[in-house]
Amino acid sequence: MSFYLLAGVFALFVLFLYGPMGTIIVLSFQGSQGGLTFPMDGVSTFWFSKLMEGVGVVDIWAAFRRSIRLGLIVMLLTVVFSVAAGLAFRKRFLGAGTLFYVVVASLIVPSIVVSLGIGLEFRLIDDQVRAVGGSLGVTSIVEDYTTSMGLFTSALGAHLTWTLPFGLLIMFAVFNRFDKSYEEAARDLGASDWQSFRHVVLPIIAPSLIGVALFGFTLSYDELARSSQAAGDLNTLPLELQGLTTTVTTPEIYALGTVTTGVSFTVILLALGLVLWLRRRRERHGTDAGQGMV
Amino acid sequence: MGDARKPAATGADIRLSGVSKRYGDIVAVDEIELTIPGGAYCCLLGPSGCGKTSTLRMIAGHETISSGEIAIGGQVVNGLAPAQRPTAMMFQNYALFPHLNCLDNVAFSLKMQGVGKTERHDKARELLSLVHMEGFAARLPAQLSGGQQQRVALARALVTNPQVLLLDEPLSALDPFLRVRMRDELRRLQIELGITFVHVTHSQEEAMALADLIVVMDHGRIEQVGAPRTVYSEPATLFVARFIGGHNIITGTVAEQGNGIATLSGPGGQRFRVPSPSVPTGASIAFAVRADKIALEKAAQTQSTDGHSGALPGTVTSVEYQGAWVQVGLDAAGVDEFTVALNESAFFDQPVEVGDQVSAVWALEHVHLLAGAPIAGAEPY
Repeated sequence: MSFYLLAGVFALFVLFLYGPMGTIIVLSFQGSQGGLTFPMDGVSTFWFSKLMEGVGVVDIWAAFRRSIRLGLIVMLLTVVFSVAAGLAFRKRFLGAGTLFYVVVASLIVPSIVVSLGIGLEFRLIDDQVRAVGGSLGVTSIVEDYTTSMGLFTSALGAHLTWTLPFGLLIMFAVFNRFDKSYEEAARDLGASDWQSFRHVVLPIIAPSLIGVALFGFTLSYDELARSSQAAGDLNTLPLELQGLTTTVTTPEIYALGTVTTGVSFTVILLALGLVLWLRRRRERHGTDAGQGMV
Repeated sequence: MGDARKPAATGADIRLSGVSKRYGDIVAVDEIELTIPGGAYCCLLGPSGCGKTSTLRMIAGHETISSGEIAIGGQVVNGLAPAQRPTAMMFQNYALFPHLNCLDNVAFSLKMQGVGKTERHDKARELLSLVHMEGFAARLPAQLSGGQQQRVALARALVTNPQVLLLDEPLSALDPFLRVRMRDELRRLQIELGITFVHVTHSQEEAMALADLIVVMDHGRIEQVGAPRTVYSEPATLFVARFIGGHNIITGTVAEQGNGIATLSGPGGQRFRVPSPSVPTGASIAFAVRADKIALEKAAQTQSTDGHSGALPGTVTSVEYQGAWVQVGLDAAGVDEFTVALNESAFFDQPVEVGDQVSAVWALEHVHLLAGAPIAGAEPY
């Protein structure tokens, strides 16, 4: 009895989790005469081909490329900084606790507030640049300078406020499980600190780093609130999508949703595939199957 | 075992002078003095928290020395990094690198030194064959059994040609059967290589089986240093007698004194005679008698002939047949856990049953006085 009850609750949970996404994906294959809602008017890939031609006035593919490029940079920085911070937190240092709370507090502050703050900060910087340019009499600054805000300055920072705390938390979990005797053994065998990190620590934590990278990329790729006030002149894909929901009235928007979801899933599957492949490769080298008697 | 390897460098001696290890207010190792001769198999034996592992790690260089001096082969090593010392360590869980196969694990230190791939792999294969693991070169540690992992860890530690091998509870992760086999192999390897082994263990059985020299530790101090036979037949302190097992401990107050023999008044009013150089009347002392040096007499008669120490009347609480001997448990007034190990034929000549009233008797020569104030309760200190 309790099994069916719990199974029912679980089924509802799964429905809530994946139902919306499923609906969008199904509706993106709406027939060419169909509308934004059910019922389906036939099945076609009409809206996908329409999407290929571009959506109205905005260059959606440029936004796509921008978001992916930004995601990759965020991913790289998140991995590097999280590993470095994770290593630092393994040693006890003055103010470690306070520093940890300061870092993690960024997760609690409402995203939109963080975004607004970053926007305001950059406006202050802009004012300073103009003032300095003016007092030095540099005409190019006075005439041409618009803003220091942009995808790879303010938006990058906004995304890092989101991904770095997550990355650090993952590294905490990773290093909690990390057996210190590996490093002692390396030291005993004559490895320097760097050699011990490069040849022992890094290879052992590598699979977890793929997880951190995945988090970094996907959190950045679909980030909306934190980008909203900090993106600068050019929009990220989620920002463009949000704009389109108010202007586009065809299933083309669903097709776009399906494609972006597809990208997220592809990235996740690639990462998982990479982990599996690494593991298989190691094990294959280790097995003596097919080598006869040893 | 092997012709695969030339005789290694001879073992270096280790000298600890006034060595302490403090963690804040906690003293883990308390000013110990110890000399381990070169080429010896030395076991640091004691319960957990006795300071044996801290001592080992200080010799290895994985723990700083709070005070005192450690010299290996005559050279003071206090400030040296682990790799600069003529030591190699084998860790409790072996700490084999999980991402490297056996060959690369063994070749690791050579790789760190910048030795070329062919050369280091040749050397690693040589060591793997020393521990009979040459067929497993391409395996990952996770694909090996506990015993195999230990062999690889041994090969990895030995690849640096150490003069001293430090082993931290090397057998504790193995099942009992394998433990005995690996024990043999450790001993054979040590004899073959001729280097000094320092082996940390909490198993007195393991220490007795392996060591040339046993160092019994408790509460950061050395209780006794000696050959296994000395430690077993002449435990220096109450703690050693209890920890090493096989001993019955009796405490009493000196009632009379004369001719080098003191008469003790036991906890249950029994009288025991013990050889005593100079213990004042009224002093409280403890002595040990090995369980296998005691005889049982059925009638509860008190013997006090010259050669005898005395008799302890008691009730038989258990009889366990052990094959070569029979272990009889006694409940005697004021003595906890009194055990007699009778040789099989002696027992069956005069068998006893649970509930029988008997007298345990032993000769004066088997009384062994213990240092350390006797205090009631399980722990001597």
